[in-house]
Amino acid sequence: MSDSTTDVERLACDVLVIGAGGAGLRAAVEARLAGKSVIVISKSLFGKAHTVMAEGGAAAAMGNVNANDNWQVHFRDTMRGGKFLNNYRMAEIHAQEAPDRIWELETYGALFDRTADGRISQRNFGGHEYPRLAHVGDRTGLELIRTLQQKLVSLQQDDEAAGEGPDKLQVIDETTITELFVEQGAVKGAFGYRRGTGRFMAVSAPAIVLATGGIGRSFKVTSNSWEYTGDGHALALRAGASLINMEFIQFHPTGMVWPPSVRGILVTESVRGDGGVLKNSEGRRFMFDYIPEVFKAQYADNPEEADRWYTDPDHNRRPPELLPRDEVARAINSEVKAGRGTEHGGVYLDIASRRSAEYIIERLPSMHHQFKELADVDITAEPMEVGPTCHYIMGGVEVDAETAASSVTGLYAAGEVSGGMHGSNRLGGNSLSDLLVFGKRAGEFAAEHAAVTEQPVLSEDEIAAAQADALRPFGSGGENPYELQAALQAVNGRLVGIIRKAEELEEALTELEALRPRIANVAATGGRAYNPGWHLALDLRNMHLCSVATAKAALERDESRGGHTREDAPGMDPAWRRVNLVARLDGEELVLSRQDVPAMTPELLGLFDTSELAKYMTPEEYRSTEAEDA
Amino acid sequence: MSTRTFRVWRGDAEGGDFAEFDVAVNEGEVVLDVVHRIQAEQAPDLAVRWNCKAGKCGSCSAEVNGMPRLMCMTRMNAFEEREPVTITPLRTFPVVRDLVTDVSFNYEKARQMPQFAPPADLKPGEYRMQQVDVERSQEFRKCIECFLCQNTCHVVRDHEENKPPFSGPRLFIRAAELDMHPLDARDDRREAAQDEQGLGYCNITKCCTEVCPEHIKITDNAIIPMKERVAGDRYDPLVWLGRKIFRKDKKPA
Repeated sequence: MSDSTTDVERLACDVLVIGAGGAGLRAAVEARLAGKSVIVISKSLFGKAHTVMAEGGAAAAMGNVNANDNWQVHFRDTMRGGKFLNNYRMAEIHAQEAPDRIWELETYGALFDRTADGRISQRNFGGHEYPRLAHVGDRTGLELIRTLQQKLVSLQQDDEAAGEGPDKLQVIDETTITELFVEQGAVKGAFGYRRGTGRFMAVSAPAIVLATGGIGRSFKVTSNSWEYTGDGHALALRAGASLINMEFIQFHPTGMVWPPSVRGILVTESVRGDGGVLKNSEGRRFMFDYIPEVFKAQYADNPEEADRWYTDPDHNRRPPELLPRDEVARAINSEVKAGRGTEHGGVYLDIASRRSAEYIIERLPSMHHQFKELADVDITAEPMEVGPTCHYIMGGVEVDAETAASSVTGLYAAGEVSGGMHGSNRLGGNSLSDLLVFGKRAGEFAAEHAAVTEQPVLSEDEIAAAQADALRPFGSGGENPYELQAALQAVNGRLVGIIRKAEELEEALTELEALRPRIANVAATGGRAYNPGWHLALDLRNMHLCSVATAKAALERDESRGGHTREDAPGMDPAWRRVNLVARLDGEELVLSRQDVPAMTPELLGLFDTSELAKYMTPEEYRSTEAEDA
Repeated sequence: MSTRTFRVWRGDAEGGDFAEFDVAVNEGEVVLDVVHRIQAEQAPDLAVRWNCKAGKCGSCSAEVNGMPRLMCMTRMNAFEEREPVTITPLRTFPVVRDLVTDVSFNYEKARQMPQFAPPADLKPGEYRMQQVDVERSQEFRKCIECFLCQNTCHVVRDHEENKPPFSGPRLFIRAAELDMHPLDARDDRREAAQDEQGLGYCNITKCCTEVCPEHIKITDNAIIPMKERVAGDRYDPLVWLGRKIFRKDKKPA
């Protein structure tokens, strides 16, 4: 293949959005509404993004079901869920703006489920004090994607009616970005290939929004699709931006473990919100044994009270099945390790014996349908076998809370690829609202930046270099990409999974180091047109880089918090609560540094009881509120 | 575990042929699991489109033993032990490579139809709708855009010439969804379906409904009501009644 770049497709726009899930599409809407020309790059077909998998709903304190809810309560729940490691300002903005972002979707045509008085209905979810999740049965993510997809089409139609060219808002599907172009600390464009033809493209853009989602494909048991290879995380690192909190990965507690056709696929938390309970192989409802001290005030310690909560939440504490996800995942893991798991290494999730078939089908239609069709399992008749599955990464690109800007000029990040909002653990329902709130902000500020920045010029040299990189796997004589992917997944699954310890993490880093040259030399066979082996070969280096970032940070943080559990360092350490681990790339090497977690304002600290703050913080940190109370 | 024979169509727009693979199949697997095993062990460049592997994204549409299906929702235990499994790309759309087809037809048709028109007098947060009223449209919004209905519809399946005037079942349920949306400000959805989308080409053979993995009652709940209402609006009811009576009168004779 030649080194000539004459066949590279050349494009230009004001705002380039990489990723067409909820965050990317919401960013694109905002940037276009601000008058900018926008290109959205979608790794798969338009409307297929991983957002469609979100089931439970979008958290927003609209107060439609319980009028006591408001942004302060939502903020409090989010900080608690994240074990106070969150970027408090992101959590604050998120809680304040989520209702507007949901209501806005109705004006785009979304049809949420309704309350009796015709408002948007809201459901209970783990870690949320009040019913808060706007939902559409259990296919809320699909509704979000379809609504935003259709909104983009309507904006394209508006452009057409106004006599604007089609280049004002383009969605380029089945295209992967392999590199960002950077000059003097500012982004200037991106390089990638169209999957269908293998043809390369170079896009000049003064502002780029990363909205590429997560890294879950680096784990063997995962709820994530093939697209989740940490592209945005790795692109940001190579562009000079920093990642924070990469050690925090959420293992969703209830992924299917059997049969293999559905391994890793989620059973929505709504199953537990609507009455489902977890039992071990001895039939014991074991979650009562795992309520941590910090949650004893909110969670029932006996089945009678827990069961009364479903109908009388004001006078009873919540069932412990609705503890934050990290707690439930760890509990299941402990039961299995203690030999009380199912035949296939999970536990039972039982709603069949607790609710009528009609109720289950009405409340959880797509869950019922999915397992019936995919696995021939009838959830109204038998318990499910579930266990933790890699689901979401809290860590990501370090961004400014107000603008979603990274430390690289012109580079923005929103949604799962960004870090800080969820601290050490994300509450269910907070990702759909997160991607709307910060997707909008990223689009808005990217557009603002583009307005004051000249259109960058891409050099033939940098395009040629990116092209040579992308073509390297052809004829490299190296290994099969599928085998290398399996090897990488095995390392992460075995050594960097839900329960970690120092010597295993050191072993992981050694094994990852050994994989590095093998991945650099990965081989692709066949041609460039729609060649999944080549695509995976190019994704592997991103997966590898993210894996190293996670393993290094996990080794460094010798405490247990949220989505990071160290068997050799149990419990939270107040000193670690003040520290974010920041990853940067120095040449080829990933380096870690420590940075202070932003300190909450006295007003926000005042939303919590000092007795609660004392569980997470040192006295000096919450002193200011005590002074006010007195 | 057993070894099964898979016949997979391989090629591109220029042409192609079946490739045969003997491949291991485990208990509880679906066709897509096996295609992935072929990819990993025998044909790394085998082109297949997929995403969620959970029946939620509608990417892995293909024809399995002649039936339009999602590969992730086709369980291997649905086949006889000795029966070879034959997979071909969707027939109605141009082949890109192997099992991947160019489905841009569907996106172009979506681009042509007017989107939701918000009511002018309601601000965000003021929308009020009853569950019973939104449910009718919600059925159609379950659509995962796998395009199996579009692929199966005989109006376009072997009739390239019908593609320009005909939008297909996916877009008919979109029109019905907006027509039944309690707050959509447009009142010409049915007429547009008839005049712009080619609703009239449909002669209600229900093939689309049969292949829908979401079990949306495309024909009964969207197409037929749209056709009836168009007919009802187009023709004066008295004239229609008169015709009917006239015909009845004629019948005995």
